[in-house]
Amino acid sequence: MSVITFIIDDEHYSAKEGDTILQVTRDNKIHIPTLCYLDGLSTFGACRLCVVEIEGSPKLFPACTTKPTEGMIVRTKTDRLKRYRRMIVELLASEGNHQCAVCVVNGHCELQNLAYEVGLDHVRFPYLFPHKSLDATHKEFVMDRNRCVLCTRCVRVCHEVEGAHVWDIAGRGINCEIIADLNQPWGTSESCTSCGKCVRVCPTGALFEKGASIGEMQKERGFIKFIVNARNKSEWVHTAHEEE
Amino acid sequence: MKPRVATAWLGGCSGCHMSFLDLDERLIELAEKIDLVYSPIADVKEFPENVDVTLVEGAVANSENEEMAHIIRKNSRIVIAFGDCATTGNVTAMRNSFPLAEVQNRSYIDLADKNPRIPDEYVTIAQLLKTAKPLHEIIKVDVWLHGCPPTADQIWFAISELLQGKIPVLPPAYLRYG
Ligand code: SF4
Ligand code: SF4
Ligand code: SF4
Ligand code: FES
Repeated sequence: MSVITFIIDDEHYSAKEGDTILQVTRDNKIHIPTLCYLDGLSTFGACRLCVVEIEGSPKLFPACTTKPTEGMIVRTKTDRLKRYRRMIVELLASEGNHQCAVCVVNGHCELQNLAYEVGLDHVRFPYLFPHKSLDATHKEFVMDRNRCVLCTRCVRVCHEVEGAHVWDIAGRGINCEIIADLNQPWGTSESCTSCGKCVRVCPTGALFEKGASIGEMQKERGFIKFIVNARNKSEWVHTAHEEE
Repeated sequence: MKPRVATAWLGGCSGCHMSFLDLDERLIELAEKIDLVYSPIADVKEFPENVDVTLVEGAVANSENEEMAHIIRKNSRIVIAFGDCATTGNVTAMRNSFPLAEVQNRSYIDLADKNPRIPDEYVTIAQLLKTAKPLHEIIKVDVWLHGCPPTADQIWFAISELLQGKIPVLPPAYLRYG
């Protein structure tokens, strides 16, 4: 297997062929914010929080889908990147309906943590306050589309790991929504096995267990990597938890 | 002369003001250092001129809030969005994703015990704006204090900085929504 040597923030690193920039930064404890990426699931590259600069190109590249090449010079913490990352969080906040004070994941939310990380003291874009639905028809879980950031983790985990493929994305652009089966109430879905994987990987308060009150819903996401590892490599070991 | 400080209560639950009162014994120290020239906890009718700092609780939800926000801005050197409702709209803005007529029907007709009637211009209460807005969408805001409500320590930090003539830059630990 060939090894690639390249530079991240002025330091030299080596990557195995096929590794993404994000894998190398995580292995080396360099922090890059992520949202749609989750260890164990396929990469989707949708949220753009993980963008990095690559010398020689004016474009920004998502670290989670970009593979390093020999001698590549990558920057992860420039002012331009910080500006864009903050803007992404501002757009996410203004496109949904987020009232942390009354949310089930208040204090344990990946979107909140991102807001703190980018120093989001206020949102400069006008809030859109879209009309979104809440589906409480499932006997155990609730889908509150007001809090959904369209990361598609639920779609991917249900398809790739559980094999049920309940969730899909419907609509376009700002009207995109996560739907169950043929756009029907979740509780009437015949494909859902009620495994709860989607609830556990959801970064926000969009998917939660019934009965959870404000701040009570805590998620655990490392199990996906455990399951996928066990399945692919027959290794039943807990690897070091990814950062969240 | 002592700094002239005001606090105002727009579309919020008064929780941020309760948190202000949670300054407890620090209130005594504060009372010696500032002149509280306007506040829901001070009996002053009109928002005064020439105010140094105003803490504004709540979203801008109705015509009165909006008028008040402009007066506050005109008469204050520093305006602080005080709490999550002032910063994001928060709970006050949860009605925004429904049409105003639907919201009013629900509150004044469906849930009325007596005399169901939607307040119109002949009733002397403020008219709801089409949507409740965070303060900075109406007037320029200088500092944001987060939290529902902001903690007394956070308020104290901000006020202490202001009393030293600094615009408070809140340390990351104080950036907490909810
Ligand atoms: S999902 Fe996160 S950001 Fe949204 S309201 Fe809940 S705690 Fe706040
Ligand atoms: S509970 Fe399991 S099967 Fe049902 S939608 Fe979620 S991941 Fe899919
Ligand atoms: S429901 Fe949760 S996991 Fe699914 S797309 Fe929305 S935020 Fe992501
Ligand atoms: S984490 Fe890379 S695009 Fe979302």
